[in-house]
Amino acid sequence: MTTQTQLLRFITAGSVDDGKSTLIGRLLHDSKSIFEDQFSAIAKTSEKRGMAAVDLSLLTDGLQAEREQGITIDVAYRYFATPKRKFIIGDTPGHEQYTRNMVTAASTANLTVILIDARKGVLTQTRRHTYLASLVGVPHIVLAVNKMDMVEYSQARFDEIVVEYRAFAAQLDLHDITCIPMSALVGDMVVDRGDNMNWYQGPTLMEKLENVSIAHDVNTRDFRFPVQWVCRPQTGEYHDFRGFMGRIEAGQITVGDEVTILPAGRSTRVKEIVTYDGNLPTAYAPQSVTLTLADEIDISRGDMMVKSDAMPHVSQDFSAMMCWLSESPLDRNRKYIIKHNTRVVKCKFASVDYRVDVNTLEQQANPVVNMNDIAHVTLKTQKPLVFDAYSRNRATGSFIVIDEATNNTVAAGMIS
Amino acid sequence: MSKHTFTHLDALESESIHIMREVAAECKNPALLFSGGKDSIVMLRLAEKAFRPCKFPFPLVHIDTEHNFPEVIEARDKLAADLGERLIVRSLEDSIKRGTIVIKDPDLPRNPFQSVTLLETIAEFGFDACMGGARRDEEKARAKERIFSFRDEFGQWDPKNQRPELWDIYNTRVHAEENIRVFPISNWTEMDIWEYISRENLYIPSIYYAHEREVIRRGGSVIPVSHLVQPKPGEQVEVVSVRFRTVGDMTCTAPVESTAKNAREIIEETAMTRITERGATRMDDQTSDASMELRKKEGYF
Repeated sequence: MTTQTQLLRFITAGSVDDGKSTLIGRLLHDSKSIFEDQFSAIAKTSEKRGMAAVDLSLLTDGLQAEREQGITIDVAYRYFATPKRKFIIGDTPGHEQYTRNMVTAASTANLTVILIDARKGVLTQTRRHTYLASLVGVPHIVLAVNKMDMVEYSQARFDEIVVEYRAFAAQLDLHDITCIPMSALVGDMVVDRGDNMNWYQGPTLMEKLENVSIAHDVNTRDFRFPVQWVCRPQTGEYHDFRGFMGRIEAGQITVGDEVTILPAGRSTRVKEIVTYDGNLPTAYAPQSVTLTLADEIDISRGDMMVKSDAMPHVSQDFSAMMCWLSESPLDRNRKYIIKHNTRVVKCKFASVDYRVDVNTLEQQANPVVNMNDIAHVTLKTQKPLVFDAYSRNRATGSFIVIDEATNNTVAAGMIS
Repeated sequence: MSKHTFTHLDALESESIHIMREVAAECKNPALLFSGGKDSIVMLRLAEKAFRPCKFPFPLVHIDTEHNFPEVIEARDKLAADLGERLIVRSLEDSIKRGTIVIKDPDLPRNPFQSVTLLETIAEFGFDACMGGARRDEEKARAKERIFSFRDEFGQWDPKNQRPELWDIYNTRVHAEENIRVFPISNWTEMDIWEYISRENLYIPSIYYAHEREVIRRGGSVIPVSHLVQPKPGEQVEVVSVRFRTVGDMTCTAPVESTAKNAREIIEETAMTRITERGATRMDDQTSDASMELRKKEGYF
């Protein structure tokens, strides 16, 4: 089976000073995704600010408050397309206090572009961004060594940075790293190759984005179908219809396959795969479908269908890496709510095992968990969850923690 | 094993279906905002894909400015009737009669007041979630909005106080008096919408396709002549082949010159076009660089 998706989600991590907004502006501009009215608006602003050339970074300035402050403060999504692919960019800020924004944007990304300034080389924030990308399991990394025009397009400088970066990245669980020298300001190696770095033989950023293989970014082995909604029309020709609606989060399913419904554990066979466009013989992640079953089994939202030959874990106790997102610190005396796939359960934190210093990767014994902290925790839920390790399956290994009092999303968890 | 391709439209469609089903399952009393415009017509097809053979687990709701193009209202009523789904219409005129909207001139653009009637309708029916067809590519302020966007009891949106949205796990919880706007097609672009209309062969109001229309040129825009917009002294009425890229308030929605007679030709034109959808067609968003953001904070979708 080949699952060719033409939609690629990627994020950019780096600070304003690294030229991140300029890089995004350059990608949009050189791929001809900028409209005339957008261009004339930023040309006007550039002129007002006394700039000699049009500042492409203005394209990605989002909200009024930020425009006034001149910084990007949240996650913004941008869209562009080439004949090969459609792209969604999650634009995340590089400031330390916004770890949570990078984790948020990275959670749906196929690829992370980590931007560094060729003059400065690998910085603390570079290590932080790379660690967070590996923590959230982003499958592909591009190290964009920007501002090569400021180091005379020196191959030696680029090589030096790459050696240092790869030595650091080797400690992490990263499998696909591409290092690209570029100048977003001039445009070298972003979309066009330019004439300044003929010593570089690898792909431009755009070539990498257009060609990176993402078919296996979702788990294609273990069928996982969290039930979202049960459809019982109870009318006319559908009098006895009971359809289980949901999205296939991993793997594939064929009519006649044996499935087990968890956590209860009863098994039956798939009778039909129903869609608005007609029934299918086989369906794959991430399709949204409706399944009917051979036997009448009591199934409701929150249950998970799996294939009987690839079982997940079913447990009330598990440990996880967690990024705390809320301004109020974790209170271990309180109960929280977990949403995991379509299941919502109460939970408590049995222990905070250690915290990770995102700058040094050191583990620290510290039970206090504040906003932007990454901690390894052990949890207990009121009812069992049906899950996989995050490293095996992003879709069934992830959860969010909700504060019942405020209804805010306070943490993102990745099951160990 | 069969070869299986999953295009970007398939990916977007599946994501939108997943979002709608989450809303249906977790919100107590949701509604789908439906105007008869192209984005909301795409939303209707997505709802069919999400819930058939069941009925929609929510009504369709339209907040009518009474400044709409008749072709759009016709499409709204036809589509709701064809689907056999419940359509609730509430009009700005009712709010004006109640005195909750005070306008100086009934012929001026009414988009700024839509939020009042929307909030009154939300209160009337006790909706806790309204699904809308807004897209992040439409405007800078929308680029940062979540798929599940929270509104306080005054219907206000606080861009600095949005819940982080991770993976495809949506936090739908709200306190009484608060509600959510949900944007299932957040990640679609104008081009995706047209490609989907073409792929699904969707019926949309005729004014989206090129037609001859009486227009006047005012301030760089082409403005359709209607009972609400008449030429001022010195302005000349021309008959031009135009189509609308968006279909909002008749007094401030400008068509573009075009000869595209079907979705395929519009896709070709869209691929060539050099001006954003809102830049070309919405005079109310041009007042200032941040006007959409200000309207959103006040409770606009």
